[in-house]
Amino acid sequence: MTVKELAAAIRARNLTPEVDDGKTITCAYTCDLLSWVMSHGEEGMAWVTVQTHLNVIAVAVLADMACVVLPESIDMEAESLKKATDEGMCVLSSPMTAYEICAVLASAAIPAHAQA
Amino acid sequence: MEELIRKVYPVAQADYVSAGHASADIKRTLKQLGVGGDVLRRVAVASYEVELNLVIHSLGGDLTLRVLPDSVELISADRGPGIADISMAMREGFSTANDEARSLGFGAGMGLPNMKRNADRFDIQSTLGVGTTITMGFQLPAG
Repeated sequence: MTVKELAAAIRARNLTPEVDDGKTITCAYTCDLLSWVMSHGEEGMAWVTVQTHLNVIAVAVLADMACVVLPESIDMEAESLKKATDEGMCVLSSPMTAYEICAVLASAAIPAHAQA
Repeated sequence: MEELIRKVYPVAQADYVSAGHASADIKRTLKQLGVGGDVLRRVAVASYEVELNLVIHSLGGDLTLRVLPDSVELISADRGPGIADISMAMREGFSTANDEARSLGFGAGMGLPNMKRNADRFDIQSTLGVGTTITMGFQLPAG
């Protein structure tokens, strides 16, 4: 599943239209504690979080994630979106809850951990 | 052993806006040198954790990147306040982070254990009232 396909499946707005949304999602995770995510983040991950500050993008980029997904139509600060665009990190905002987004990811057979 | 690159990044106390700049530059620098894959990701995670630790817990300090022919070294040296009980600090879930850090989603007590997990070598020395030095080594694949 690509980021673009996920965006369609969860009726998300792409908040970073200049960023390539063709990246493949290999696994998914939801958590709002950044230090927790740092120890569990994986390459190709779709990360569902309600956090929107600059450090979210730093964490996603450093872990080589595929995208950040904001639930419940949450917006992200312009400063964070600029950093996301500069760093090539896709940010989606969906009207669904984190639970519903994860259900969509699970039904698309996206695992919790990328296949070794 | 011959040092190929040495970069020093000053990190200020409580500067959450700039937090991550040093780690991003470290990742970029290593990428340009052809370091990739698992090692690059582990260095990136560990450097961000240690940079955040300087922001959250220290009075400020320096993060140093050293690239050697067969390894990468990260050294974090701060100006205090020092860690009272290192064995407690190394436990997952133990944190002394303040409310500001917690409101941003930090302070889960995962930083030091995560650094140790990602590094091939990990050493921490701390003296109360003086400061803390963390040294991490990452072996580069041969060739």
